[in-house]
Amino acid sequence: MIGGFMGCGSPHGLIDELVRQGKKDLTVIANDTARPGVGIGKLISAKLVKKVVASHIGTNPETQAQMIAGSLEVDLVPQGTLAERVRAAGFGLGAIVTPTGVGTVVEDGKRTIDIDGRTFLVELPISADFALVNAKRADYRGNLSYAFTARNFNPLIAMAAEVVIAEAEDIVPVGAIDPDSVVTPHVVVDYLVPQEKKNG
Amino acid sequence: MDIRNRIAKRAAEYFKAGDVVNLGVGIPGMCSDYAVPGVMFHTENGFIGVGPAATGVQKVEAFSNASSTEFVPVFGSCAFDSAESFAIVRSGRLAATVLGGLQIAENGDLANWTRPGGKFGMGGAMDLVNGVRKVIVAMELCAKNGSPKIVKDCSYPLTGKRCVNHVVTEQCVIDVTPQGLLLVEVLDGLSPEDIQRQVEPRLIVSSSLKQMER
Repeated sequence: MIGGFMGCGSPHGLIDELVRQGKKDLTVIANDTARPGVGIGKLISAKLVKKVVASHIGTNPETQAQMIAGSLEVDLVPQGTLAERVRAAGFGLGAIVTPTGVGTVVEDGKRTIDIDGRTFLVELPISADFALVNAKRADYRGNLSYAFTARNFNPLIAMAAEVVIAEAEDIVPVGAIDPDSVVTPHVVVDYLVPQEKKNG
Repeated sequence: MDIRNRIAKRAAEYFKAGDVVNLGVGIPGMCSDYAVPGVMFHTENGFIGVGPAATGVQKVEAFSNASSTEFVPVFGSCAFDSAESFAIVRSGRLAATVLGGLQIAENGDLANWTRPGGKFGMGGAMDLVNGVRKVIVAMELCAKNGSPKIVKDCSYPLTGKRCVNHVVTEQCVIDVTPQGLLLVEVLDGLSPEDIQRQVEPRLIVSSSLKQMER
Protein backbone atom coordinates (compact mmCIF):
# COMPACT_ATOMS: atom_id res chain seq x y z
CA MET A 1 0.00 0.00 0.00
CA ILE A 2 1.27 3.41 -0.94
CA GLY A 3 -0.23 6.75 0.07
CA GLY A 4 -0.84 9.60 -2.30
CA PHE A 5 -3.26 11.01 -4.82
CA MET A 6 -1.68 11.68 -8.22
CA GLY A 7 1.69 11.88 -6.47
CA CYS A 8 0.55 14.43 -3.86
CA GLY A 9 1.22 12.85 -0.47
CA SER A 10 3.22 9.93 -1.82
CA PRO A 11 6.43 8.87 0.00
CA HIS A 12 8.78 9.85 -2.82
CA GLY A 13 11.99 8.83 -1.08
CA LEU A 14 10.67 5.33 -0.34
CA ILE A 15 9.48 4.94 -3.94
CA ASP A 16 12.89 6.04 -5.26
CA GLU A 17 14.54 3.49 -2.98
CA LEU A 18 12.28 0.67 -4.25
CA VAL A 19 13.32 1.61 -7.79
CA ARG A 20 17.02 1.75 -6.81
CA GLN A 21 16.83 -1.71 -5.20
CA GLY A 22 14.78 -3.06 -8.12
CA LYS A 23 12.16 -4.70 -5.87
CA LYS A 24 10.13 -6.68 -8.40
CA ASP A 25 6.73 -8.35 -8.71
CA LEU A 26 5.06 -5.87 -6.40
CA THR A 27 1.33 -5.67 -5.82
CA VAL A 28 0.54 -1.98 -5.34
CA ILE A 29 -2.63 -0.86 -3.59
CA ALA A 30 -3.11 2.88 -4.03
CA ASN A 31 -5.61 5.41 -5.32
CA ASP A 32 -3.89 5.74 -8.71
CA THR A 33 -0.58 5.29 -10.51
CA ALA A 34 -0.10 9.05 -11.04
CA ARG A 35 1.73 9.89 -14.27
CA PRO A 36 4.81 8.35 -15.91
CA GLY A 37 7.86 9.29 -13.84
CA VAL A 38 5.78 10.78 -11.00
CA GLY A 39 5.23 9.11 -7.62
CA ILE A 40 3.92 5.56 -8.02
CA GLY A 41 4.32 6.07 -11.78
CA LYS A 42 8.07 5.53 -11.23
CA LEU A 43 7.42 1.94 -10.11
CA ILE A 44 5.31 1.36 -13.22
CA SER A 45 7.95 2.90 -15.51
CA ALA A 46 10.59 0.62 -13.96
CA LYS A 47 8.30 -2.42 -14.58
CA LEU A 48 8.42 -3.45 -10.93
CA VAL A 49 4.68 -3.94 -10.50
CA LYS A 50 2.74 -7.10 -11.35
CA LYS A 51 -0.63 -6.02 -9.97
CA VAL A 52 -2.32 -2.71 -9.21
CA VAL A 53 -5.43 -2.22 -7.10
CA ALA A 54 -6.55 1.37 -7.74
CA SER A 55 -9.55 3.58 -8.46
CA HIS A 56 -8.21 4.73 -11.83
CA ILE A 57 -5.22 4.46 -14.14
CA GLY A 58 -6.51 6.97 -16.68
CA THR A 59 -3.65 9.41 -16.12
CA ASN A 60 -0.82 6.94 -16.71
CA PRO A 61 -0.52 5.60 -20.29
CA GLU A 62 2.33 3.28 -19.21
CA THR A 63 0.03 1.51 -16.74
CA GLN A 64 -2.55 1.17 -19.50
CA ALA A 65 0.01 -0.15 -21.98
CA GLN A 66 1.36 -2.76 -19.54
CA MET A 67 -2.20 -3.81 -18.71
CA ILE A 68 -3.10 -4.20 -22.39
CA ALA A 69 0.15 -6.10 -23.02
CA GLY A 70 -0.83 -8.49 -20.22
CA SER A 71 2.24 -7.90 -18.03
CA LEU A 72 0.27 -5.95 -15.40
CA GLU A 73 -2.96 -6.98 -13.73
CA VAL A 74 -5.24 -4.09 -12.79
CA ASP A 75 -8.11 -4.34 -10.32
CA LEU A 76 -10.29 -1.21 -10.45
CA VAL A 77 -12.21 -0.26 -7.31
CA PRO A 78 -14.43 2.81 -6.85
CA GLN A 79 -12.47 5.35 -4.85
CA GLY A 80 -14.79 5.53 -1.85
CA THR A 81 -15.04 1.75 -1.77
CA LEU A 82 -11.25 1.42 -1.93
CA ALA A 83 -10.93 3.77 1.05
CA GLU A 84 -13.54 1.81 3.00
CA ARG A 85 -12.05 -1.60 2.16
CA VAL A 86 -8.66 -0.44 3.39
CA ARG A 87 -10.29 1.11 6.44
CA ALA A 88 -12.15 -2.15 7.12
CA ALA A 89 -8.87 -4.08 7.17
CA GLY A 90 -7.24 -1.53 9.44
CA PHE A 91 -10.20 -1.31 11.79
CA GLY A 92 -10.61 -5.06 12.24
CA LEU A 93 -13.89 -5.36 10.33
CA GLY A 94 -14.92 -8.40 8.29
CA ALA A 95 -16.50 -6.41 5.45
CA ILE A 96 -18.27 -3.19 4.65
CA VAL A 97 -21.56 -2.78 2.80
CA THR A 98 -21.98 0.10 0.36
CA PRO A 99 -24.49 1.27 -2.24
CA THR A 100 -21.62 2.27 -4.55
CA GLY A 101 -21.43 0.09 -7.66
CA VAL A 102 -24.86 -1.56 -7.37
CA GLY A 103 -26.10 -2.35 -10.88
CA THR A 104 -22.64 -1.81 -12.45
CA VAL A 105 -19.73 -4.09 -13.36
CA VAL A 106 -18.43 -3.56 -9.82
CA GLU A 107 -21.26 -5.79 -8.60
CA ASP A 108 -20.10 -8.78 -10.71
CA GLY A 109 -19.31 -11.80 -8.51
CA LYS A 110 -20.16 -10.01 -5.27
CA ARG A 111 -22.77 -10.70 -2.63
CA THR A 112 -25.52 -8.16 -2.12
CA ILE A 113 -27.57 -7.49 0.97
CA ASP A 114 -30.90 -5.67 1.32
CA ILE A 115 -31.25 -3.44 4.35
CA ASP A 116 -34.38 -1.36 4.89
CA GLY A 117 -35.38 -1.81 1.27
CA ARG A 118 -32.06 -0.69 -0.17
CA THR A 119 -29.49 -2.90 -1.91
CA PHE A 120 -25.83 -2.81 -0.88
CA LEU A 121 -22.71 -4.60 -2.07
CA VAL A 122 -20.68 -6.62 0.42
CA GLU A 123 -17.08 -5.44 -0.04
CA LEU A 124 -14.20 -7.25 1.62
CA PRO A 125 -11.21 -5.74 3.47
CA ILE A 126 -7.91 -5.05 1.70
CA SER A 127 -4.72 -5.37 3.71
CA ALA A 128 -1.03 -5.48 2.78
CA ASP A 129 2.38 -6.63 3.96
CA PHE A 130 3.72 -3.06 3.91
CA ALA A 131 2.28 0.44 4.04
CA LEU A 132 4.48 3.21 2.69
CA VAL A 133 3.15 6.38 4.28
CA ASN A 134 3.96 10.03 3.68
CA ALA A 135 3.48 12.37 6.64
CA LYS A 136 4.08 16.07 7.17
CA ARG A 137 5.43 15.57 10.70
CA ALA A 138 6.42 12.63 12.84
CA ASP A 139 7.65 12.68 16.44
CA TYR A 140 10.35 10.32 17.73
CA ARG A 141 7.70 7.84 18.86
CA GLY A 142 6.09 7.72 15.41
CA ASN A 143 3.01 9.86 15.97
CA LEU A 144 2.07 11.32 12.58
CA SER A 145 0.32 14.42 11.29
CA TYR A 146 -0.42 15.30 7.70
CA ALA A 147 -0.73 18.33 5.44
CA PHE A 148 -4.04 19.20 3.76
CA THR A 149 -4.71 17.14 0.61
CA ALA A 150 -1.45 15.21 1.10
CA ARG A 151 -3.31 13.28 3.81
CA ASN A 152 -5.65 11.33 1.45
CA PHE A 153 -5.09 7.54 1.87
CA ASN A 154 -2.10 7.80 4.21
CA PRO A 155 -3.87 7.47 7.60
CA LEU A 156 -5.97 4.60 6.21
CA ILE A 157 -3.08 2.50 4.91
CA ALA A 158 -1.13 3.15 8.12
CA MET A 159 -3.79 1.08 9.91
CA ALA A 160 -4.03 -1.73 7.35
CA ALA A 161 -0.55 -3.19 6.84
CA GLU A 162 1.69 -5.61 8.70
CA VAL A 163 4.72 -3.29 8.55
CA VAL A 164 4.25 0.47 8.42
CA ILE A 165 7.08 2.68 7.14
CA ALA A 166 6.48 6.41 7.38
CA GLU A 167 8.47 9.01 5.50
CA ALA A 168 8.08 12.37 7.21
CA GLU A 169 8.99 15.85 6.01
CA ASP A 170 9.92 16.80 9.59
CA ILE A 171 10.82 14.50 12.47
CA VAL A 172 10.38 16.36 15.76
CA PRO A 173 10.74 15.67 19.50
CA VAL A 174 7.93 13.93 21.32
CA GLY A 175 5.44 16.56 22.44
CA ALA A 176 6.11 18.88 19.50
CA ILE A 177 2.98 17.50 17.84
CA ASP A 178 0.02 18.36 20.06
CA PRO A 179 -1.66 15.04 20.99
CA ASP A 180 -4.93 16.46 19.66
CA SER A 181 -3.24 17.01 16.27
CA VAL A 182 -1.93 13.46 15.97
CA VAL A 183 -3.83 11.72 13.16
CA THR A 184 -1.97 8.39 13.11
CA PRO A 185 -1.07 7.10 16.59
CA HIS A 186 2.53 5.85 17.01
CA VAL A 187 1.34 2.36 18.00
CA VAL A 188 0.79 1.45 14.32
CA VAL A 189 4.05 2.91 12.96
CA ASP A 190 7.08 0.60 12.75
CA TYR A 191 9.76 2.67 11.00
CA LEU A 192 10.42 6.36 10.38
CA VAL A 193 12.43 7.71 7.46
CA PRO A 194 13.29 11.39 7.10
CA GLN A 195 12.24 12.89 3.79
CA GLU A 196 15.19 14.16 1.79
CA LYS A 197 15.11 17.93 1.61
CA LYS A 198 14.89 19.22 -1.94
CA ASN A 199 16.53 22.58 -1.30
CA GLY A 200 19.54 21.98 0.92
CA MET B 1 -20.27 32.93 -24.53
CA ASP B 2 -18.88 29.66 -25.91
CA ILE B 3 -20.75 26.37 -25.56
CA ARG B 4 -18.69 25.03 -22.67
CA ASN B 5 -19.06 28.18 -20.58
CA ARG B 6 -22.78 28.34 -21.36
CA ILE B 7 -23.25 24.81 -20.00
CA ALA B 8 -21.12 25.52 -16.90
CA LYS B 9 -22.94 28.79 -16.15
CA ARG B 10 -26.36 27.16 -16.40
CA ALA B 11 -25.36 24.14 -14.29
CA ALA B 12 -24.02 26.50 -11.60
CA GLU B 13 -27.51 28.03 -11.26
CA TYR B 14 -28.48 24.95 -9.24
CA PHE B 15 -26.09 25.96 -6.43
CA LYS B 16 -27.13 28.25 -3.59
CA ALA B 17 -25.17 29.94 -0.82
CA GLY B 18 -24.25 27.47 1.90
CA ASP B 19 -24.08 24.49 -0.46
CA VAL B 20 -21.03 22.25 -0.56
CA VAL B 21 -20.55 20.93 -4.08
CA ASN B 22 -18.23 18.52 -5.92
CA LEU B 23 -17.20 19.25 -9.49
CA GLY B 24 -15.82 16.76 -12.00
CA VAL B 25 -13.13 17.53 -14.55
CA GLY B 26 -13.73 19.40 -17.82
CA ILE B 27 -16.91 21.48 -18.21
CA PRO B 28 -18.09 20.65 -14.64
CA GLY B 29 -14.90 22.18 -13.22
CA MET B 30 -15.75 25.47 -14.92
CA CYS B 31 -18.95 25.79 -12.82
CA SER B 32 -16.97 27.35 -9.96
CA ASP B 33 -16.50 30.48 -12.10
CA TYR B 34 -20.27 31.03 -12.11
CA ALA B 35 -21.34 29.93 -8.60
CA VAL B 36 -23.02 32.44 -6.29
CA PRO B 37 -20.91 33.59 -3.30
CA GLY B 38 -21.11 31.27 -0.32
CA VAL B 39 -20.87 27.98 -2.22
CA MET B 40 -17.95 25.83 -1.05
CA PHE B 41 -16.26 23.20 -3.19
CA HIS B 42 -15.33 19.69 -2.10
CA THR B 43 -12.54 17.73 -3.74
CA GLU B 44 -12.54 13.96 -3.28
CA ASN B 45 -8.87 13.81 -2.32
CA GLY B 46 -9.91 15.25 1.03
CA PHE B 47 -10.79 18.92 1.24
CA ILE B 48 -13.71 21.35 1.46
CA GLY B 49 -12.88 24.93 0.54
CA VAL B 50 -11.22 24.67 -2.85
CA GLY B 51 -10.69 28.23 -4.10
CA PRO B 52 -9.21 29.73 -7.24
CA ALA B 53 -6.21 28.23 -9.04
CA ALA B 54 -2.95 29.21 -7.32
CA THR B 55 -0.27 31.18 -9.12
CA GLY B 56 3.37 31.97 -8.28
CA VAL B 57 4.22 31.68 -4.57
CA GLN B 58 0.64 30.60 -3.77
CA LYS B 59 1.39 27.22 -5.33
CA VAL B 60 1.66 24.63 -2.54
CA GLU B 61 1.56 20.95 -3.51
CA ALA B 62 -0.45 20.03 -0.42
CA PHE B 63 -3.31 22.17 -1.75
CA SER B 64 -4.00 20.16 -4.90
CA ASN B 65 -7.44 19.34 -6.24
CA ALA B 66 -8.46 16.03 -7.81
CA SER B 67 -7.15 17.25 -11.18
CA SER B 68 -3.73 17.97 -9.63
CA THR B 69 -4.27 21.73 -9.96
CA GLU B 70 -2.93 23.71 -7.01
CA PHE B 71 -5.57 25.96 -5.48
CA VAL B 72 -5.88 28.71 -2.89
CA PRO B 73 -7.99 27.50 0.07
CA VAL B 74 -10.91 29.71 1.09
CA PHE B 75 -11.80 30.86 4.61
CA GLY B 76 -13.46 28.04 6.55
CA SER B 77 -11.64 25.22 4.74
CA CYS B 78 -11.13 21.78 6.24
CA ALA B 79 -9.02 18.73 5.36
CA PHE B 80 -9.76 15.04 5.92
CA ASP B 81 -8.70 11.61 4.71
CA SER B 82 -10.15 9.73 1.72
CA ALA B 83 -12.53 7.61 3.83
CA GLU B 84 -14.06 10.70 5.44
CA SER B 85 -14.14 12.41 2.07
CA PHE B 86 -16.33 9.68 0.64
CA ALA B 87 -18.31 9.40 3.88
CA ILE B 88 -19.29 13.03 3.22
CA VAL B 89 -20.20 12.02 -0.34
CA ARG B 90 -22.27 8.91 0.41
CA SER B 91 -24.04 10.31 3.45
CA GLY B 92 -25.71 13.12 1.52
CA ARG B 93 -23.74 16.06 2.92
CA LEU B 94 -22.99 17.41 -0.56
CA ALA B 95 -25.80 19.47 -2.10
CA ALA B 96 -24.77 18.72 -5.66
CA THR B 97 -22.23 17.12 -7.93
CA VAL B 98 -21.66 18.11 -11.53
CA LEU B 99 -20.28 15.34 -13.73
CA GLY B 100 -19.65 14.74 -17.40
CA GLY B 101 -21.68 12.16 -19.29
CA LEU B 102 -21.21 9.67 -22.13
CA GLN B 103 -24.78 8.32 -22.05
CA ILE B 104 -27.88 9.05 -20.00
CA ALA B 105 -30.89 6.76 -20.16
CA GLU B 106 -34.56 7.64 -19.99
CA ASN B 107 -34.75 6.31 -16.40
CA GLY B 108 -31.77 8.36 -15.17
CA ASP B 109 -29.07 5.68 -15.53
CA LEU B 110 -25.67 7.30 -16.11
CA ALA B 111 -22.67 5.97 -18.04
CA ASN B 112 -19.73 8.33 -17.75
CA TRP B 113 -16.56 6.44 -16.79
CA THR B 114 -15.66 4.36 -19.81
CA ARG B 115 -16.60 3.31 -23.28
CA PRO B 116 -17.10 -0.44 -23.84
CA GLY B 117 -13.70 -2.14 -23.74
CA GLY B 118 -11.91 0.79 -22.08
CA LYS B 119 -10.92 -0.05 -18.55
CA PHE B 120 -9.08 2.89 -17.05
CA GLY B 121 -11.09 3.35 -13.88
CA MET B 122 -14.11 5.02 -12.36
CA GLY B 123 -12.26 7.10 -9.76
CA GLY B 124 -14.85 8.58 -7.41
CA ALA B 125 -17.76 8.87 -9.87
CA MET B 126 -19.65 5.76 -8.69
CA ASP B 127 -19.57 6.99 -5.11
CA LEU B 128 -20.64 10.51 -6.06
CA VAL B 129 -23.80 9.33 -7.82
CA ASN B 130 -24.73 7.23 -4.76
CA GLY B 131 -25.42 9.82 -2.11
CA VAL B 132 -24.96 13.37 -3.35
CA ARG B 133 -28.35 15.10 -3.08
CA LYS B 134 -28.46 16.43 -6.65
CA VAL B 135 -26.63 14.77 -9.55
CA ILE B 136 -26.21 17.18 -12.44
CA VAL B 137 -24.74 16.03 -15.74
CA ALA B 138 -23.12 18.83 -17.75
CA MET B 139 -22.29 17.78 -21.30
CA GLU B 140 -22.84 18.48 -24.96
CA LEU B 141 -26.17 17.11 -26.18
CA CYS B 142 -24.67 14.78 -28.82
CA ALA B 143 -21.40 12.91 -29.24
CA LYS B 144 -18.75 14.34 -31.60
CA ASN B 145 -20.02 12.06 -34.39
CA GLY B 146 -23.53 13.43 -33.89
CA SER B 147 -24.96 10.29 -32.25
CA PRO B 148 -27.35 10.83 -29.33
CA LYS B 149 -26.02 10.70 -25.78
CA ILE B 150 -29.49 10.76 -24.27
CA VAL B 151 -30.70 7.24 -25.04
CA LYS B 152 -33.44 4.75 -24.20
CA ASP B 153 -30.97 2.40 -22.48
CA CYS B 154 -27.26 2.88 -21.87
CA SER B 155 -25.05 0.54 -23.90
CA TYR B 156 -21.90 1.77 -22.14
CA PRO B 157 -20.86 0.44 -18.69
CA LEU B 158 -22.93 2.18 -16.02
CA THR B 159 -21.67 4.55 -13.36
CA GLY B 160 -24.95 4.31 -11.46
CA LYS B 161 -28.59 3.30 -11.81
CA ARG B 162 -31.39 5.88 -11.78
CA CYS B 163 -29.10 8.51 -10.33
CA VAL B 164 -29.30 11.60 -12.59
CA ASN B 165 -31.50 14.55 -11.58
CA HIS B 166 -30.67 17.22 -14.19
CA VAL B 167 -28.98 17.25 -17.58
CA VAL B 168 -27.57 20.57 -18.78
CA THR B 169 -26.44 20.80 -22.40
CA GLU B 170 -25.58 23.64 -24.76
CA GLN B 171 -29.08 23.42 -26.27
CA CYS B 172 -31.40 22.49 -23.43
CA VAL B 173 -32.00 21.54 -19.82
CA ILE B 174 -33.72 18.23 -19.08
CA ASP B 175 -34.99 16.95 -15.71
CA VAL B 176 -35.24 13.25 -14.98
CA THR B 177 -38.70 12.59 -13.49
CA PRO B 178 -40.63 9.43 -12.59
CA GLN B 179 -42.77 10.08 -15.68
CA GLY B 180 -39.76 10.37 -18.00
CA LEU B 181 -37.43 13.04 -19.33
CA LEU B 182 -38.90 16.51 -18.91
CA LEU B 183 -37.66 19.24 -21.22
CA VAL B 184 -37.59 22.36 -19.05
CA GLU B 185 -35.43 24.80 -21.04
CA VAL B 186 -34.60 25.23 -24.69
CA LEU B 187 -31.93 27.51 -26.12
CA ASP B 188 -33.14 30.81 -27.52
CA GLY B 189 -33.88 30.20 -31.22
CA LEU B 190 -34.49 26.44 -30.97
CA SER B 191 -37.77 24.54 -30.62
CA PRO B 192 -38.59 21.40 -28.56
CA GLU B 193 -38.73 19.52 -31.88
CA ASP B 194 -35.10 20.50 -32.57
CA ILE B 195 -34.10 18.84 -29.29
CA GLN B 196 -36.36 15.80 -29.78
CA ARG B 197 -34.61 15.00 -33.07
CA GLN B 198 -31.27 14.65 -31.23
CA VAL B 199 -32.35 12.31 -28.43
CA GLU B 200 -33.70 8.75 -28.46
CA PRO B 201 -36.40 8.75 -25.77
CA ARG B 202 -39.64 10.68 -26.13
CA LEU B 203 -39.32 13.99 -24.25
CA ILE B 204 -42.14 15.46 -22.18
CA VAL B 205 -42.25 19.20 -22.82
CA SER B 206 -42.76 21.19 -19.65
CA SER B 207 -45.89 23.32 -19.48
CA SER B 208 -43.65 26.08 -18.16
CA LEU B 209 -40.88 25.67 -20.76
CA LYS B 210 -38.24 28.37 -20.37
CA GLN B 211 -35.78 29.92 -22.77
CA MET B 212 -32.11 29.16 -22.13
CA GLU B 213 -29.75 32.11 -22.57
CA ARG B 214 -27.15 31.95 -25.28
